[in-house]
Amino acid sequence: MPDDILLKASEISRRFGGLVAVDRVSVTLTRGEVHSVIGTNGAGKSTLVNVLAGEIAASGGRVHLQDRDITRWPQPKRARAGVGRTYQRTTIFPRATVFENCRLSAQAHHQHPFNWWHAAAGCAKSSALAHHAIEQAGLAGQAHRIAGTLSHGQKRQLEIAMCLSTTPQVLLLDEPLAGMGPEETERMLALLATLKPGHGILLIEHDMDAVFRIADRITVMVNGAVIATGTPDEIRNNPEVQIAYLGEIERPAEAALT
Amino acid sequence: MNESMTARVVPLAVACALVAAFPFVGGKFYVDLMVTTMILAIFALSLELLVGRTGLVSFGHAAFFGIAAYATALLSPQAEAASMLWLLPAVVAITALAALGIGALSLRTRGIYFIMVTLAFAQMAYFVFHDMKFAGGSDGRYLYVKPVLAAGSYTLLDLDRPLTFYYVTLGALILVYALLASIGRSRLGHALTGIKANEQRMRAAGFSTYPYKLAAFVLAGALAAIAGFLYAVKDGFVNPEILAWHQSGTVLLMLILGGLGTLRGAVVGAFLFVLLKEFFQSEALFGAFAKHWQLPLGLAIIACVALMPNGVTGLPAQLRRTRMPVPHAG
Repeated sequence: MPDDILLKASEISRRFGGLVAVDRVSVTLTRGEVHSVIGTNGAGKSTLVNVLAGEIAASGGRVHLQDRDITRWPQPKRARAGVGRTYQRTTIFPRATVFENCRLSAQAHHQHPFNWWHAAAGCAKSSALAHHAIEQAGLAGQAHRIAGTLSHGQKRQLEIAMCLSTTPQVLLLDEPLAGMGPEETERMLALLATLKPGHGILLIEHDMDAVFRIADRITVMVNGAVIATGTPDEIRNNPEVQIAYLGEIERPAEAALT
Repeated sequence: MNESMTARVVPLAVACALVAAFPFVGGKFYVDLMVTTMILAIFALSLELLVGRTGLVSFGHAAFFGIAAYATALLSPQAEAASMLWLLPAVVAITALAALGIGALSLRTRGIYFIMVTLAFAQMAYFVFHDMKFAGGSDGRYLYVKPVLAAGSYTLLDLDRPLTFYYVTLGALILVYALLASIGRSRLGHALTGIKANEQRMRAAGFSTYPYKLAAFVLAGALAAIAGFLYAVKDGFVNPEILAWHQSGTVLLMLILGGLGTLRGAVVGAFLFVLLKEFFQSEALFGAFAKHWQLPLGLAIIACVALMPNGVTGLPAQLRRTRMPVPHAG
Protein backbone atom coordinates (compact mmCIF):
# COMPACT_ATOMS: atom_id res chain seq x y z
CA MET A 1 0.00 0.00 0.00
CA PRO A 2 1.52 3.36 -0.94
CA ASP A 3 2.53 5.54 1.99
CA ASP A 4 0.21 8.39 1.22
CA ILE A 5 -2.92 6.24 1.57
CA LEU A 6 -3.95 6.74 5.18
CA LEU A 7 -7.23 4.91 5.42
CA LYS A 8 -8.49 2.16 3.20
CA ALA A 9 -11.89 0.57 3.67
CA SER A 10 -12.66 -2.43 1.51
CA GLU A 11 -16.09 -3.86 0.89
CA ILE A 12 -17.52 -2.50 4.14
CA SER A 13 -21.04 -3.67 4.97
CA ARG A 14 -23.29 -2.95 7.88
CA ARG A 15 -26.65 -4.55 8.38
CA PHE A 16 -29.25 -3.66 10.98
CA GLY A 17 -31.51 -6.69 11.03
CA GLY A 18 -32.92 -6.90 7.53
CA LEU A 19 -31.79 -3.40 6.55
CA VAL A 20 -28.49 -3.06 4.72
CA ALA A 21 -27.36 0.41 5.77
CA VAL A 22 -23.94 0.14 4.13
CA ASP A 23 -23.52 -2.27 1.25
CA ARG A 24 -19.98 -3.30 0.25
CA VAL A 25 -18.56 0.21 0.23
CA SER A 26 -14.89 0.75 -0.53
CA VAL A 27 -13.23 4.11 0.05
CA THR A 28 -9.64 5.27 0.35
CA LEU A 29 -8.38 8.38 1.99
CA THR A 30 -5.04 9.90 1.05
CA ARG A 31 -3.04 12.45 2.98
CA GLY A 32 -3.63 15.91 1.59
CA GLU A 33 -7.02 15.20 0.10
CA VAL A 34 -10.61 15.97 0.90
CA HIS A 35 -12.76 13.02 -0.02
CA SER A 36 -16.41 13.86 0.19
CA VAL A 37 -19.20 11.34 0.57
CA ILE A 38 -22.57 12.59 -0.59
CA GLY A 39 -25.99 11.04 -0.80
CA THR A 40 -29.54 11.67 0.26
CA ASN A 41 -30.68 11.25 3.85
CA GLY A 42 -30.62 7.59 4.74
CA ALA A 43 -28.02 6.74 2.11
CA GLY A 44 -25.76 5.31 4.82
CA LYS A 45 -23.15 8.07 5.04
CA SER A 46 -23.23 8.48 8.81
CA THR A 47 -23.27 4.72 9.31
CA LEU A 48 -20.17 4.53 7.12
CA VAL A 49 -18.42 7.12 9.31
CA ASN A 50 -19.51 5.23 12.44
CA VAL A 51 -18.04 2.02 11.05
CA LEU A 52 -14.79 3.70 10.01
CA ALA A 53 -14.45 5.38 13.42
CA GLY A 54 -15.13 2.06 15.16
CA GLU A 55 -18.25 3.30 16.87
CA ILE A 56 -20.23 0.41 15.41
CA ALA A 57 -18.79 -2.83 14.13
CA ALA A 58 -18.83 -3.69 10.44
CA SER A 59 -20.87 -6.72 9.40
CA GLY A 60 -18.34 -7.37 6.67
CA GLY A 61 -15.25 -5.94 4.98
CA ARG A 62 -11.94 -4.63 6.28
CA VAL A 63 -10.52 -1.29 7.38
CA HIS A 64 -6.81 -0.50 7.20
CA LEU A 65 -5.05 2.47 8.76
CA GLN A 66 -1.87 2.73 6.70
CA ASP A 67 -0.53 -0.82 6.94
CA ARG A 68 -2.43 -1.85 10.05
CA ASP A 69 -5.65 -3.83 9.91
CA ILE A 70 -7.89 -1.98 12.37
CA THR A 71 -11.14 -3.77 11.53
CA ARG A 72 -11.48 -5.27 15.00
CA TRP A 73 -10.11 -2.31 16.94
CA PRO A 74 -12.51 -0.55 19.30
CA GLN A 75 -13.11 3.13 18.81
CA PRO A 76 -10.77 4.47 21.54
CA LYS A 77 -7.85 2.49 20.16
CA ARG A 78 -8.54 3.77 16.64
CA ALA A 79 -8.76 7.31 17.99
CA ARG A 80 -5.38 6.99 19.68
CA ALA A 81 -3.93 5.58 16.46
CA GLY A 82 -5.00 8.68 14.54
CA VAL A 83 -8.62 8.34 13.46
CA GLY A 84 -10.40 11.51 14.55
CA ARG A 85 -14.06 12.22 14.05
CA THR A 86 -16.61 14.92 14.61
CA TYR A 87 -20.32 14.50 15.05
CA GLN A 88 -23.28 15.77 13.11
CA ARG A 89 -24.75 16.99 16.39
CA THR A 90 -22.39 19.19 18.37
CA THR A 91 -20.92 17.13 21.20
CA ILE A 92 -18.80 19.62 23.10
CA PHE A 93 -18.71 19.80 26.90
CA PRO A 94 -20.80 22.95 27.33
CA ARG A 95 -19.89 23.79 30.92
CA ALA A 96 -16.12 23.70 30.43
CA THR A 97 -14.06 26.36 28.67
CA VAL A 98 -12.92 25.98 25.07
CA PHE A 99 -9.42 25.27 26.33
CA GLU A 100 -10.58 22.67 28.86
CA ASN A 101 -12.61 20.93 26.16
CA CYS A 102 -9.49 20.59 24.04
CA ARG A 103 -7.15 19.70 26.88
CA LEU A 104 -9.43 16.87 27.96
CA SER A 105 -9.53 15.55 24.40
CA ALA A 106 -5.73 15.69 24.20
CA GLN A 107 -5.35 13.91 27.52
CA ALA A 108 -6.10 10.35 26.39
CA HIS A 109 -2.95 10.17 24.30
CA HIS A 110 -0.23 11.52 26.40
CA GLN A 111 0.02 10.24 29.86
CA HIS A 112 -0.98 7.61 32.28
CA PRO A 113 -4.68 8.24 32.18
CA PHE A 114 -5.29 6.90 35.67
CA ASN A 115 -3.04 9.49 37.19
CA TRP A 116 -5.15 10.79 40.04
CA TRP A 117 -2.62 12.80 41.99
CA HIS A 118 -1.34 15.33 39.41
CA ALA A 119 -3.68 18.16 38.56
CA ALA A 120 -4.98 17.93 35.00
CA ALA A 121 -4.19 21.61 34.58
CA GLY A 122 -0.52 20.84 35.14
CA CYS A 123 -0.10 18.61 32.10
CA ALA A 124 2.13 20.65 29.80
CA LYS A 125 1.84 18.29 26.84
CA SER A 126 -1.97 18.25 26.75
CA SER A 127 -2.08 22.01 27.28
CA ALA A 128 0.34 22.64 24.41
CA LEU A 129 -1.66 20.39 22.08
CA ALA A 130 -4.90 22.08 23.12
CA HIS A 131 -3.50 25.55 22.47
CA HIS A 132 -2.18 24.48 19.10
CA ALA A 133 -5.52 22.94 18.11
CA ILE A 134 -7.45 26.01 19.24
CA GLU A 135 -5.22 28.22 17.13
CA GLN A 136 -5.49 25.91 14.13
CA ALA A 137 -9.26 25.92 14.39
CA GLY A 138 -9.33 29.72 14.52
CA LEU A 139 -10.59 30.03 18.08
CA ALA A 140 -7.48 31.67 19.55
CA GLY A 141 -9.42 34.58 21.06
CA GLN A 142 -12.04 32.31 22.63
CA ALA A 143 -9.86 29.87 24.59
CA HIS A 144 -11.21 30.88 27.98
CA ARG A 145 -14.84 31.21 27.10
CA ILE A 146 -17.36 28.70 28.41
CA ALA A 147 -18.06 26.43 25.46
CA GLY A 148 -21.82 26.58 25.93
CA THR A 149 -21.85 30.34 25.28
CA LEU A 150 -20.20 30.14 21.84
CA SER A 151 -22.13 30.81 18.65
CA HIS A 152 -23.25 27.82 16.59
CA GLY A 153 -20.43 28.28 14.09
CA GLN A 154 -17.84 28.55 16.85
CA LYS A 155 -19.19 25.41 18.48
CA ARG A 156 -18.65 23.57 15.21
CA GLN A 157 -15.10 24.97 15.10
CA LEU A 158 -14.58 23.79 18.67
CA GLU A 159 -15.81 20.35 17.67
CA ILE A 160 -12.99 20.29 15.11
CA ALA A 161 -10.48 21.76 17.56
CA MET A 162 -11.28 18.95 20.02
CA CYS A 163 -10.71 16.44 17.27
CA LEU A 164 -7.39 18.12 16.31
CA SER A 165 -6.25 18.00 19.95
CA THR A 166 -6.00 14.24 19.58
CA THR A 167 -3.44 14.72 16.75
CA PRO A 168 -5.36 12.70 14.19
CA GLN A 169 -4.11 11.83 10.73
CA VAL A 170 -7.55 11.03 9.46
CA LEU A 171 -10.47 13.38 9.99
CA LEU A 172 -13.94 11.94 9.61
CA LEU A 173 -16.18 15.00 9.53
CA ASP A 174 -19.92 14.39 9.73
CA GLU A 175 -21.65 17.47 8.31
CA PRO A 176 -19.41 20.16 9.77
CA LEU A 177 -21.39 22.83 7.89
CA ALA A 178 -24.83 21.83 9.17
CA GLY A 179 -26.90 24.80 10.23
CA MET A 180 -24.26 27.39 9.36
CA GLY A 181 -24.78 30.81 7.80
CA PRO A 182 -22.82 31.85 4.69
CA GLU A 183 -20.13 33.65 6.67
CA GLU A 184 -19.60 30.73 9.06
CA THR A 185 -19.51 28.35 6.10
CA GLU A 186 -16.74 30.38 4.49
CA ARG A 187 -14.74 30.33 7.69
CA MET A 188 -15.16 26.57 8.04
CA LEU A 189 -14.14 25.95 4.42
CA ALA A 190 -11.03 28.08 4.91
CA LEU A 191 -10.25 26.04 8.03
CA LEU A 192 -10.65 22.75 6.14
CA ALA A 193 -8.33 24.06 3.42
CA THR A 194 -5.61 24.75 6.00
CA LEU A 195 -6.04 21.26 7.50
CA LYS A 196 -5.89 19.51 4.15
CA PRO A 197 -2.10 19.30 3.67
CA GLY A 198 -1.43 17.34 6.89
CA HIS A 199 -4.52 15.17 7.02
CA GLY A 200 -6.76 12.88 5.07
CA ILE A 201 -10.26 14.32 5.36
CA LEU A 202 -13.46 12.39 4.80
CA LEU A 203 -16.22 14.96 4.51
CA ILE A 204 -19.89 14.13 4.72
CA GLU A 205 -21.86 17.14 3.69
CA HIS A 206 -25.21 18.17 2.28
CA ASP A 207 -24.06 21.60 1.10
CA MET A 208 -23.26 20.69 -2.53
CA ASP A 209 -21.90 24.11 -3.26
CA ALA A 210 -19.26 23.63 -0.57
CA VAL A 211 -18.57 20.01 -1.51
CA PHE A 212 -17.86 20.79 -5.15
CA ARG A 213 -15.59 23.65 -4.13
CA ILE A 214 -13.42 21.83 -1.63
CA ALA A 215 -13.49 18.10 -2.47
CA ASP A 216 -10.72 16.47 -4.47
CA ARG A 217 -12.77 13.33 -4.85
CA ILE A 218 -16.43 12.61 -4.36
CA THR A 219 -18.15 9.33 -3.62
CA VAL A 220 -21.88 9.12 -4.19
CA MET A 221 -23.94 6.72 -2.09
CA VAL A 222 -27.49 5.61 -2.78
CA ASN A 223 -29.31 3.15 -0.52
CA GLY A 224 -26.11 2.12 1.22
CA ALA A 225 -24.12 1.40 -1.93
CA VAL A 226 -21.58 3.46 -3.86
CA ILE A 227 -22.80 4.34 -7.35
CA ALA A 228 -19.85 6.49 -8.40
CA THR A 229 -16.46 7.79 -7.25
CA GLY A 230 -14.44 10.42 -9.06
CA THR A 231 -13.29 14.00 -9.30
CA PRO A 232 -15.96 16.69 -8.92
CA ASP A 233 -16.06 17.08 -12.71
CA GLU A 234 -16.50 13.36 -13.29
CA ILE A 235 -19.27 13.23 -10.73
CA ARG A 236 -21.02 16.24 -12.17
CA ASN A 237 -21.03 14.67 -15.62
CA ASN A 238 -21.88 11.14 -14.56
CA PRO A 239 -25.33 10.38 -15.97
CA GLU A 240 -26.10 7.77 -13.33
CA VAL A 241 -25.38 10.28 -10.56
CA GLN A 242 -27.51 12.87 -12.27
CA ILE A 243 -30.43 10.53 -12.44
CA ALA A 244 -30.05 9.06 -8.98
CA TYR A 245 -29.06 12.07 -7.01
CA LEU A 246 -27.95 15.28 -8.60
CA GLY A 247 -31.35 15.84 -10.13
CA GLU A 248 -32.62 17.36 -6.99
CA ILE A 249 -29.58 19.55 -6.37
CA GLU A 250 -28.72 20.38 -9.98
CA ARG A 251 -28.87 24.09 -9.47
CA PRO A 252 -26.30 24.42 -6.68
CA ALA A 253 -23.96 22.12 -8.59
CA GLU A 254 -24.27 24.30 -11.63
CA ALA A 255 -23.74 27.36 -9.55
CA ALA A 256 -20.54 25.82 -8.31
CA LEU A 257 -19.41 25.44 -11.91
CA THR A 258 -19.63 29.10 -12.70
CA MET B 1 -3.74 31.68 47.43
CA ASN B 2 -6.16 33.50 45.14
CA GLU B 3 -9.58 34.78 46.05
CA SER B 4 -11.64 31.82 44.87
CA MET B 5 -9.34 29.38 46.69
CA THR B 6 -9.76 31.42 49.86
CA ALA B 7 -13.52 31.46 49.40
CA ARG B 8 -13.53 27.68 49.20
CA VAL B 9 -10.96 26.80 51.84
CA VAL B 10 -11.98 29.21 54.61
CA PRO B 11 -15.53 27.84 55.14
CA LEU B 12 -14.12 24.30 55.14
CA ALA B 13 -11.48 25.20 57.72
CA VAL B 14 -14.09 26.93 59.91
CA ALA B 15 -16.38 23.89 59.64
CA CYS B 16 -13.52 21.55 60.60
CA ALA B 17 -12.59 23.73 63.57
CA LEU B 18 -16.20 23.79 64.79
CA VAL B 19 -16.53 20.02 64.51
CA ALA B 20 -13.16 19.57 66.23
CA ALA B 21 -14.30 21.76 69.14
CA PHE B 22 -17.67 20.07 69.41
CA PRO B 23 -16.80 17.33 71.97
CA PHE B 24 -15.89 20.08 74.47
CA VAL B 25 -19.33 21.68 74.32
CA GLY B 26 -21.72 18.95 73.17
CA GLY B 27 -23.23 16.31 75.46
CA LYS B 28 -22.39 12.62 75.08
CA PHE B 29 -25.49 11.92 73.02
CA TYR B 30 -24.71 14.66 70.53
CA VAL B 31 -21.03 13.77 70.28
CA ASP B 32 -22.09 10.23 69.50
CA LEU B 33 -24.53 11.49 66.91
CA MET B 34 -21.79 13.61 65.37
CA VAL B 35 -19.57 10.54 64.98
CA THR B 36 -22.39 8.66 63.23
CA THR B 37 -22.96 11.64 60.98
CA MET B 38 -19.29 11.89 60.07
CA ILE B 39 -19.20 8.18 59.21
CA LEU B 40 -22.26 8.63 56.99
CA ALA B 41 -20.60 11.67 55.42
CA ILE B 42 -17.60 9.52 54.45
CA PHE B 43 -20.02 6.95 53.02
CA ALA B 44 -21.87 9.66 51.06
CA LEU B 45 -18.58 11.11 49.79
CA SER B 46 -17.55 7.71 48.45
CA LEU B 47 -20.81 7.43 46.50
CA GLU B 48 -20.46 11.00 45.27
CA LEU B 49 -17.40 9.90 43.26
CA LEU B 50 -19.67 7.50 41.36
CA VAL B 51 -22.93 9.39 41.10
CA GLY B 52 -21.93 13.05 41.11
CA ARG B 53 -18.59 12.84 39.36
CA THR B 54 -18.90 9.91 36.94
CA GLY B 55 -22.66 9.82 36.46
CA LEU B 56 -22.97 6.17 37.53
CA VAL B 57 -26.05 5.84 39.72
CA SER B 58 -25.31 2.85 41.91
CA PHE B 59 -28.18 1.56 43.99
CA GLY B 60 -26.07 -0.98 45.79
CA HIS B 61 -23.41 1.05 47.50
CA ALA B 62 -24.41 -0.20 50.96
CA ALA B 63 -22.94 -3.56 49.93
CA PHE B 64 -19.42 -2.15 50.28
CA PHE B 65 -20.20 -0.39 53.53
CA GLY B 66 -21.59 -3.67 54.87
CA ILE B 67 -18.86 -5.94 53.51
CA ALA B 68 -16.27 -3.70 55.16
CA ALA B 69 -18.16 -3.64 58.45
CA TYR B 70 -18.47 -7.43 58.44
CA ALA B 71 -14.82 -7.85 57.45
CA THR B 72 -13.85 -5.67 60.41
CA ALA B 73 -15.93 -7.72 62.81
CA LEU B 74 -14.90 -11.10 61.39
CA LEU B 75 -11.18 -10.36 61.14
CA SER B 76 -10.89 -8.88 64.65
CA PRO B 77 -9.62 -11.41 67.19
CA GLN B 78 -12.17 -12.22 69.91
CA ALA B 79 -9.97 -11.68 72.93
CA GLU B 80 -7.39 -9.06 72.00
CA ALA B 81 -7.30 -5.77 70.14
CA ALA B 82 -6.43 -5.94 66.44
CA SER B 83 -3.86 -3.53 65.14
CA MET B 84 -5.31 -0.90 62.82
CA LEU B 85 -2.09 -1.18 60.84
CA TRP B 86 -3.17 -4.46 59.28
CA LEU B 87 -6.90 -4.48 59.96
CA LEU B 88 -7.84 -1.31 58.08
CA PRO B 89 -5.74 -2.11 54.97
CA ALA B 90 -7.12 -5.67 54.96
CA VAL B 91 -10.72 -4.43 55.22
CA VAL B 92 -10.18 -1.87 52.44
CA ALA B 93 -8.47 -4.46 50.22
CA ILE B 94 -11.25 -7.05 50.67
CA THR B 95 -13.92 -4.46 49.91
CA ALA B 96 -12.01 -3.11 46.91
CA LEU B 97 -11.76 -6.65 45.58
CA ALA B 98 -15.50 -7.11 45.97
CA ALA B 99 -16.00 -3.77 44.18
CA LEU B 100 -13.71 -4.92 41.40
CA GLY B 101 -15.76 -8.06 40.83
CA ILE B 102 -19.16 -6.39 41.13
CA GLY B 103 -18.04 -3.34 39.13
CA ALA B 104 -16.50 -5.40 36.33
CA LEU B 105 -19.85 -7.10 35.75
CA SER B 106 -22.27 -4.22 36.49
CA LEU B 107 -20.39 -1.70 34.34
CA ARG B 108 -21.23 -3.76 31.27
CA THR B 109 -24.71 -2.31 31.63
CA ARG B 110 -25.89 1.29 31.52
CA GLY B 111 -28.54 3.60 32.91
CA ILE B 112 -31.51 1.89 34.54
CA TYR B 113 -29.94 -1.54 34.03
CA PHE B 114 -26.86 -0.45 35.93
CA ILE B 115 -29.07 0.72 38.79
CA MET B 116 -30.88 -2.63 38.86
CA VAL B 117 -27.76 -4.77 38.56
CA THR B 118 -25.97 -2.95 41.40
CA LEU B 119 -29.12 -3.33 43.50
CA ALA B 120 -29.19 -7.05 42.70
CA PHE B 121 -25.56 -7.52 43.74
CA ALA B 122 -26.15 -5.63 46.99
CA GLN B 123 -29.17 -7.83 47.74
CA MET B 124 -27.05 -10.92 47.06
CA ALA B 125 -24.47 -9.65 49.56
CA TYR B 126 -27.28 -8.97 52.02
CA PHE B 127 -28.55 -12.55 51.81
CA VAL B 128 -25.05 -13.99 52.02
CA PHE B 129 -24.56 -12.34 55.40
CA HIS B 130 -28.16 -12.93 56.40
CA ASP B 131 -28.11 -16.66 55.73
CA MET B 132 -24.55 -17.66 56.54
CA LYS B 133 -23.86 -19.07 59.99
CA PHE B 134 -20.26 -17.82 60.18
CA ALA B 135 -21.44 -14.21 60.05
CA GLY B 136 -24.07 -14.68 62.72
CA GLY B 137 -27.05 -14.81 60.36
CA SER B 138 -29.80 -12.29 60.96
CA ASP B 139 -28.58 -11.72 64.52
CA GLY B 140 -25.37 -10.19 63.31
CA ARG B 141 -22.05 -10.34 65.04
CA TYR B 142 -20.22 -8.55 67.82
CA LEU B 143 -16.79 -7.00 67.72
CA TYR B 144 -15.64 -7.49 71.28
CA VAL B 145 -12.34 -5.64 71.39
CA LYS B 146 -11.86 -2.48 69.40
CA PRO B 147 -8.70 -2.10 67.31
CA VAL B 148 -5.75 0.01 68.39
CA LEU B 149 -2.85 1.69 66.68
CA ALA B 150 0.26 0.78 68.65
CA ALA B 151 3.99 1.29 68.20
CA GLY B 152 5.75 -1.39 70.19
CA SER B 153 4.21 -1.40 73.65
CA TYR B 154 3.05 2.19 73.36
CA THR B 155 -0.56 2.64 72.25
CA LEU B 156 -0.89 5.62 69.92
CA LEU B 157 -4.61 5.40 69.26
CA ASP B 158 -7.07 3.34 71.22
CA LEU B 159 -10.37 3.36 69.35
CA ASP B 160 -12.15 2.24 72.50
CA ARG B 161 -11.76 5.76 73.88
CA PRO B 162 -14.66 7.89 72.62
CA LEU B 163 -12.64 11.06 72.19
CA THR B 164 -9.90 9.26 70.26
CA PHE B 165 -12.49 7.63 68.07
CA TYR B 166 -14.13 11.01 67.47
CA TYR B 167 -10.91 12.55 66.19
CA VAL B 168 -9.95 9.47 64.16
CA THR B 169 -13.33 9.71 62.43
CA LEU B 170 -12.92 13.43 61.83
CA GLY B 171 -9.41 12.83 60.48
CA ALA B 172 -10.73 10.11 58.16
CA LEU B 173 -13.46 12.44 56.91
CA ILE B 174 -10.93 15.19 56.19
CA LEU B 175 -8.57 12.77 54.45
CA VAL B 176 -11.31 11.26 52.27
CA TYR B 177 -12.53 14.75 51.37
CA ALA B 178 -9.01 15.88 50.49
CA LEU B 179 -8.37 12.75 48.45
CA LEU B 180 -11.58 13.21 46.47
CA ALA B 181 -10.84 16.91 45.95
CA SER B 182 -7.44 15.95 44.61
CA ILE B 183 -8.96 13.33 42.32
CA GLY B 184 -11.41 15.94 41.08
CA ARG B 185 -8.57 18.14 39.89
CA SER B 186 -6.57 15.27 38.43
CA ARG B 187 -6.49 13.76 34.97
CA LEU B 188 -8.57 10.84 36.16
CA GLY B 189 -11.13 13.22 37.68
CA HIS B 190 -11.41 15.26 34.50
CA ALA B 191 -11.81 12.11 32.45
CA LEU B 192 -14.60 10.94 34.78
CA THR B 193 -16.35 14.30 34.44
CA GLY B 194 -16.09 13.94 30.67
CA ILE B 195 -17.57 10.43 30.84
CA LYS B 196 -20.49 11.78 32.84
CA ALA B 197 -21.11 14.57 30.33
CA ASN B 198 -20.72 12.52 27.15
CA GLU B 199 -19.19 9.09 27.20
CA GLN B 200 -19.42 8.67 23.43
CA ARG B 201 -17.39 11.82 22.89
CA MET B 202 -14.74 10.58 25.30
CA ARG B 203 -14.43 7.32 23.38
CA ALA B 204 -14.07 9.28 20.16
CA ALA B 205 -11.21 11.21 21.77
CA GLY B 206 -9.42 7.96 22.57
CA PHE B 207 -10.51 7.20 26.12
CA SER B 208 -11.27 3.53 26.75
CA THR B 209 -14.00 4.49 29.17
CA TYR B 210 -14.62 1.09 30.80
CA PRO B 211 -11.39 0.95 32.85
CA TYR B 212 -11.94 4.53 34.00
CA LYS B 213 -15.42 3.72 35.24
CA LEU B 214 -14.11 0.58 36.89
CA ALA B 215 -11.37 2.59 38.60
CA ALA B 216 -14.03 4.97 39.94
CA PHE B 217 -16.17 2.05 41.10
CA VAL B 218 -13.31 0.36 42.95
CA LEU B 219 -12.17 3.64 44.51
CA ALA B 220 -15.70 4.38 45.66
CA GLY B 221 -15.92 0.89 47.17
CA ALA B 222 -12.59 1.30 48.93
CA LEU B 223 -13.63 4.65 50.43
CA ALA B 224 -16.97 3.22 51.54
CA ALA B 225 -14.89 0.55 53.29
CA ILE B 226 -13.38 3.23 55.53
CA ALA B 227 -16.89 4.26 56.56
CA GLY B 228 -17.89 0.61 57.10
CA PHE B 229 -14.80 -0.02 59.21
CA LEU B 230 -15.53 2.99 61.43
CA TYR B 231 -19.19 1.99 61.72
CA ALA B 232 -18.35 -1.53 62.92
CA VAL B 233 -15.80 -0.20 65.40
CA LYS B 234 -18.14 2.47 66.72
CA ASP B 235 -21.07 0.21 67.54
CA GLY B 236 -19.07 -2.95 68.09
CA PHE B 237 -21.88 -4.74 66.31
CA VAL B 238 -22.84 -5.49 62.73
CA ASN B 239 -25.99 -7.03 61.31
CA PRO B 240 -27.28 -7.63 57.78
CA GLU B 241 -29.53 -4.55 57.89
CA ILE B 242 -26.55 -2.31 57.09
CA LEU B 243 -26.39 -3.91 53.64
CA ALA B 244 -30.11 -3.63 52.97
CA TRP B 245 -31.35 -1.81 49.89
CA HIS B 246 -32.81 1.05 51.92
CA GLN B 247 -29.30 1.90 53.14
CA SER B 248 -28.20 2.29 49.52
CA GLY B 249 -31.26 4.47 49.01
CA THR B 250 -30.55 6.55 52.12
CA VAL B 251 -27.04 7.42 51.02
CA LEU B 252 -28.35 8.40 47.56
CA LEU B 253 -30.90 10.63 49.29
CA MET B 254 -28.10 12.33 51.21
CA LEU B 255 -26.38 13.22 47.94
CA ILE B 256 -29.59 14.51 46.43
CA LEU B 257 -30.42 16.56 49.54
CA GLY B 258 -26.97 18.10 49.65
CA GLY B 259 -26.67 18.66 45.93
CA LEU B 260 -25.13 16.32 43.37
CA GLY B 261 -21.78 17.08 41.81
CA THR B 262 -19.98 18.69 44.75
CA LEU B 263 -18.10 17.16 47.66
CA ARG B 264 -19.53 19.57 50.19
CA GLY B 265 -22.99 18.57 48.94
CA ALA B 266 -22.34 15.00 50.10
CA VAL B 267 -21.21 16.14 53.55
CA VAL B 268 -24.00 18.69 53.97
CA GLY B 269 -26.51 16.10 52.76
CA ALA B 270 -25.37 13.57 55.36
CA PHE B 271 -25.63 16.16 58.15
CA LEU B 272 -29.02 17.37 56.97
CA PHE B 273 -30.40 13.86 56.69
CA VAL B 274 -29.31 12.92 60.22
CA LEU B 275 -30.65 16.22 61.60
CA LEU B 276 -34.04 15.74 59.92
CA LYS B 277 -34.25 12.18 61.12
CA GLU B 278 -33.37 13.11 64.71
CA PHE B 279 -35.81 16.02 64.59
CA PHE B 280 -38.77 13.88 63.55
CA GLN B 281 -37.78 11.10 65.97
CA SER B 282 -37.81 13.50 68.91
CA GLU B 283 -40.51 12.57 71.41
CA ALA B 284 -39.99 15.89 73.18
CA LEU B 285 -41.24 17.65 70.05
CA PHE B 286 -43.74 15.23 68.59
CA GLY B 287 -44.82 13.08 71.52
CA ALA B 288 -46.42 9.81 70.50
CA PHE B 289 -46.30 10.77 66.83
CA ALA B 290 -42.49 10.54 66.96
CA LYS B 291 -42.68 6.80 66.35
CA HIS B 292 -44.12 7.56 62.92
CA TRP B 293 -41.02 9.66 62.07
CA GLN B 294 -40.66 8.09 58.64
CA LEU B 295 -43.79 9.82 57.35
CA PRO B 296 -42.76 13.44 58.13
CA LEU B 297 -39.16 12.66 57.13
CA GLY B 298 -40.36 11.44 53.73
CA LEU B 299 -42.54 14.51 53.28
CA ALA B 300 -39.69 16.80 54.31
CA ILE B 301 -37.39 15.15 51.78
CA ILE B 302 -39.99 15.49 49.03
CA ALA B 303 -40.38 19.16 49.92
CA CYS B 304 -36.60 19.68 49.90
CA VAL B 305 -36.17 18.05 46.51
CA ALA B 306 -39.12 19.97 45.03
CA LEU B 307 -37.98 23.34 46.38
CA MET B 308 -34.25 22.86 45.93
CA PRO B 309 -33.64 20.82 42.78
CA ASN B 310 -29.88 21.38 43.13
CA GLY B 311 -29.79 20.52 46.79
CA VAL B 312 -28.89 22.70 49.76
CA THR B 313 -25.48 23.61 48.36
CA GLY B 314 -27.09 24.65 45.09
CA LEU B 315 -29.49 27.00 46.90
CA PRO B 316 -27.42 30.24 46.72
CA ALA B 317 -27.01 29.89 42.94
CA GLN B 318 -30.70 29.01 42.61
CA LEU B 319 -31.70 32.15 44.55
CA ARG B 320 -29.38 34.32 42.44
CA ARG B 321 -30.99 32.97 39.29
CA THR B 322 -34.54 33.66 40.46
CA ARG B 323 -33.67 37.18 41.57
CA MET B 324 -31.80 38.09 38.42
CA PRO B 325 -32.79 36.01 35.44
CA VAL B 326 -29.93 35.68 32.97
CA PRO B 327 -30.94 35.48 29.32
CA HIS B 328 -30.03 32.12 27.88
CA ALA B 329 -26.80 32.44 25.95
CA GLY B 330 -26.95 30.67 22.63
